[in-house]
Amino acid sequence: MFMAATAALLVTIALALARAFAGPSVYDRVLAVNSIGTKTVLLIAALGFLAGRPDFLDISLLYALINFVGTIAVLRFIRQSRAQEGN
Amino acid sequence: MDRKEGRRAIEIYINIVLLFFLVATGLAAVLLRNLLASAMLLGIYGLLMAALWVVLDAVDVAFTEAAVGAGITTVLMLLAIALTERHEKRPSRPPYLALLAALVTGGALVYATGGMPAFGDAAAPAHRHVAPEYIARALDETGVPNVVTAVLASYRGFDTLGEVTVIFTAGMGVLLLIGVGARRRKEGGGS
Repeated sequence: MFMAATAALLVTIALALARAFAGPSVYDRVLAVNSIGTKTVLLIAALGFLAGRPDFLDISLLYALINFVGTIAVLRFIRQSRAQEGN
Repeated sequence: MDRKEGRRAIEIYINIVLLFFLVATGLAAVLLRNLLASAMLLGIYGLLMAALWVVLDAVDVAFTEAAVGAGITTVLMLLAIALTERHEKRPSRPPYLALLAALVTGGALVYATGGMPAFGDAAAPAHRHVAPEYIARALDETGVPNVVTAVLASYRGFDTLGEVTVIFTAGMGVLLLIGVGARRRKEGGGS
């Protein structure tokens, strides 16, 4: 079961990667990065159970935090640069 | 035993898929002219790399890679882009020399992996030098239950102190650079 979940997560990451490569708008990429981050969190959790080491859950929690910070940073940067272009 | 073999086979497949993603992300980050997109792709690269470290059982490295590679580096890149430009200029001539240097270095590294001990080999030199001593004595001598932490923070305490100094200096340098640039722009009213 965890194996199927891992395979599905890898396929989802591939799809999100395709969106990150293709773009075209910044928001497509932000969304792709964020969803890849979420999928990485899930992937590590699934891998932890697959490898019989559920303590990997702690690491995936850290990833969730970092992913959040990264997304906020990108969005703040975009808002700031939009404001500067408006001047 | 059979189950363990199966698990190893799965891990190899996951490794292959993750490495393929890494190569694709790296190529896309180089080829895209939109630097904002490249910075985000490098963030993805960091996350995938961290996932790969977890698969390889290097959890400590994965922590560092996730915090530095995916978190801090993306923010620093964005700050740098904010101070410079969002689009990369096309080079006047194709960078063949750089490509050659990268290919030669990569080829040398791939060639060097042939001399490495097998993955997880208990008889590898790195595992036979001081590691058994650390494992045997770390808990008694330092009282830290995690051997990696004991080695980094106690046995190599001065080494870690030096690293922290280097990182602090680098951070101060980056802050100074970025801070000075922002102030200048404010004073000049946009150049």
